[in-house]
Amino acid sequence: MCRLAAITSSRYISPEENIYALETMKEGHDGSGMGLILKDLGGVFEGLKGYPILSGICTDKGLNMLDEFMDMHGFRLIFQWSPRIRPVRGIMKRGHYFARVYEYPENCKDMTEEQKEMLLLNIRVSLRKMGEDDGSIIVFSFYPDVLSLKEVGDPLELGEFFSLDNREVTAKIILAQGRQNTNYSINLYACHPFFIQGFATMTNGENTAFVPIREFLLSRRFVGYMGYNSDSEVFTHILHYTVKRLGLPIQYYKDVITPLNQQEIDLRPEKESLNLMKMSLRYLVIDGPNCVIGFTPDGTCFMVQDSKKLRPGAVGGVPGKYCLMSEICGIDKVVSERDRTKDIFPMKYHMVIIPPEAQEVLVWDQLKGEFIRELRLAA
Amino acid sequence: MTGLINVNCDFNHQLSIKEFPYIVRWRDDRCKRCGQCLSVCPTGAIKPSVKSVRIVESQGQIPKPIVKTKVIHVIEQAKDMENYCTGCAMCQLVCPNDAIEPEFNPQHKFYTFKNKGGEPYKRGGRRNDPNPSTLDRIKFTRISMLTDPALDAGRHEFRVRTYLGRLLQPENLPLTTKNGLITIDREKEEFIPPVREIFPVMIGSMSVGALSPPMWEGLAMGVAYLNEVDGIPIVMCTGEGGVPPRLLRSRYLKYFVLQIASGYFGWDEIIHSLPHMVVDPAAIEIKYGQGAKPGDGGLLMAQKVIKLIAKIRGVPERVDLASPPTHQTKYSIEEAVAKMIQSMSMAFGFRVPVYPKISGTKTATAVLNNLARNPYAAALAIDGEDGGTGAAYNVSLDKMGHPIASNVRDCYLELVRQGRQNELPIIAGGGIGKKGNLASNTAALIMLGASAVQVGKYIMQATAECLGDEYNRCNLCNTGKCPRGIATQDPKLYRRLDSEKVAERLVEVIRACEMELKKIFAPMGRSTELPIGMSDALGIDDKDMAERLQINYVC
Repeated sequence: MCRLAAITSSRYISPEENIYALETMKEGHDGSGMGLILKDLGGVFEGLKGYPILSGICTDKGLNMLDEFMDMHGFRLIFQWSPRIRPVRGIMKRGHYFARVYEYPENCKDMTEEQKEMLLLNIRVSLRKMGEDDGSIIVFSFYPDVLSLKEVGDPLELGEFFSLDNREVTAKIILAQGRQNTNYSINLYACHPFFIQGFATMTNGENTAFVPIREFLLSRRFVGYMGYNSDSEVFTHILHYTVKRLGLPIQYYKDVITPLNQQEIDLRPEKESLNLMKMSLRYLVIDGPNCVIGFTPDGTCFMVQDSKKLRPGAVGGVPGKYCLMSEICGIDKVVSERDRTKDIFPMKYHMVIIPPEAQEVLVWDQLKGEFIRELRLAA
Repeated sequence: MTGLINVNCDFNHQLSIKEFPYIVRWRDDRCKRCGQCLSVCPTGAIKPSVKSVRIVESQGQIPKPIVKTKVIHVIEQAKDMENYCTGCAMCQLVCPNDAIEPEFNPQHKFYTFKNKGGEPYKRGGRRNDPNPSTLDRIKFTRISMLTDPALDAGRHEFRVRTYLGRLLQPENLPLTTKNGLITIDREKEEFIPPVREIFPVMIGSMSVGALSPPMWEGLAMGVAYLNEVDGIPIVMCTGEGGVPPRLLRSRYLKYFVLQIASGYFGWDEIIHSLPHMVVDPAAIEIKYGQGAKPGDGGLLMAQKVIKLIAKIRGVPERVDLASPPTHQTKYSIEEAVAKMIQSMSMAFGFRVPVYPKISGTKTATAVLNNLARNPYAAALAIDGEDGGTGAAYNVSLDKMGHPIASNVRDCYLELVRQGRQNELPIIAGGGIGKKGNLASNTAALIMLGASAVQVGKYIMQATAECLGDEYNRCNLCNTGKCPRGIATQDPKLYRRLDSEKVAERLVEVIRACEMELKKIFAPMGRSTELPIGMSDALGIDDKDMAERLQINYVC
């Protein structure tokens, strides 16, 4: 079923913390892989905020191809980081794990942020396609201040394998998924979290509506809506489509994937608009079982459930550091000193939203159409 | 030898009983000669007769056989094609002693001879192919197990609903955000097409006229009950022939899809009622074709055009009402069809979805592409080759048309290719419930890409015990002699039908269908939204069919 461990903090934290949290939830993942996405980077990346970072894995041949391709498109390499690999039994090292920081090409000076984002996306997709047949290049993200790391294996062992305890890489937001392999062969492109243009999500559970959703997204003819090695990748793309393409506020992500029924919609002040949205976006409705955790480009983190809450999820922490995790034991590991009565267990109508810098937790009540400041389990 | 001279041995131009599709099995020993079978036989296929029989009797203590000739009364089967036994079995139904029943004769040569006077065989019903259809061969093979829990059809919230009407592309929604809440941007003046939320099974077009008053009324009552009491928003298409005037002016009109076809019958009354309508109809269906008789027009025979029907349709009594094979104004889809859709939309103030219905055809995707470009086209209804009718040439019924499964699939995938699968709903009809599997046929079509289905024949069978089947049983709808009182205007026949019972059965049938649909969707982990195009859930035990439909091959 996979286990999810996300932390959003006002200070830089090490991915080690996520890994320890995943370790406490080990009953729920089988060590078939771990994915990490770090946003708002510290450590060796702290001074490189505005520069796009290409994260991935490549062979020697792939590295040459990659260099040649990036040169050709005018991207100048200004910094390169690779995790220090320690041999760990059972984990096969593949070529080069890299996070390469580039300077934008000269001709990007006059580009808008939007155009730059499209350029980065096109480059990532092109590189992915170049290396897809022979596995020579695997790229997970190409975006400023975002780093991705994925590999097959147990999270704790992977932490050791990548030497993530050395605090070379830290971040304010870190998503980590411990994978439980189910329907799909172990393919790193099927490993959560997924990323597109500043949006990332990871999901716990299967997606029974995968095929119609995939067909809908593919038919948008947007360059980044591709891949789908995992049925959960669509959650990231739905988020991107909702917020970036349609320009809707993030809380409407909930109304897209788990719309209310007609009687419930009639209670919302924006019922007319919601009805239109619900009808036009009917292909993006999920039935679970899913818990989705993610972030948006501005660093807002969220957790949302399918409409029957068929997967676990809890949010807890203190101002300045909040965890969004599959299980309470993971939160206990990271923020043991907290008021547990304030832990939040989002239910059918809730979407937990934590603004950047993690100072407060907001709960969007879909039924009422308003934010609630606190949702106490004990209340 | 002289006695034999008068015996006629030349039977060359007479048909033997083996040529007939049904052979009447009559039992002398059980028959009490009450004559009820004779009175109900719709075709005169059985007749009373007298026979002279030779019997040998012996009376007294010492056997002393005496040969006698006795005259007895018997039931005989007619041996002419005008009075063939249709296998309707009404005789068996009324017989108090189970003395008579028709038996299907698989060796019959009915079609060889049913063309007397050069007149091809005409009938009602649907394609006489008793084999399981493609829809019946499709299985639902994606079962949520352990990795994703199956849902509970009895406990979880299910929304077995669909949309009738064109949906805006999400990118074109006239929405804007104010204070963090979305709202409709009126300044954009975007046309927002009318849409109805309906139950995905629609009652297909069967007209007042084709159906008897109690049948039509029973269905209408059932539809109203389902909507108002059960909360199941089912809609029913009127067929071509108008609507009873009282209904046009009632609040129940919203449950009806008004059909306009090439004869425009009933539209005079509808147009005149427009100012008096208190609600809008559910939709307008423009019939361009029908799966049972593609490219052929409609015909309501004179004997069915009684006073009531004549008034509703705005025609004289007792005249044949022919609808031409094609709309006389239809010379191009780009212009004429678009104009008709737009005119009908305009007549109802653009508040009512207007969609065309065509018969299944290889060219359906071409029609679809034209409609996709027409912002007023609300849907495309496709009626497959197994669709039913009240009257058609047998050759049209049996040999013309396109199976619905691949037609719907092609159209859906074409919409996917264009990114418009959420824009133009496809309504599928033709053969749904042919083997009694209403819910599973519906679910299969939805997962192939249909947004809703239209069902006619099954509804007649399930609600009024229509006798017709794919062994050409009964199928007398065109003659006005429907023995069940469903497709007739003869009061002697339609008195047999109780509209209250039809309504009750419709409610039962649709309730059961909704539960069965939940029982199909729940194990596949779907409940909130109709699983349109969820083709990964489908499997079929034929590789070629699987490849053609782009679903899984399973065995």
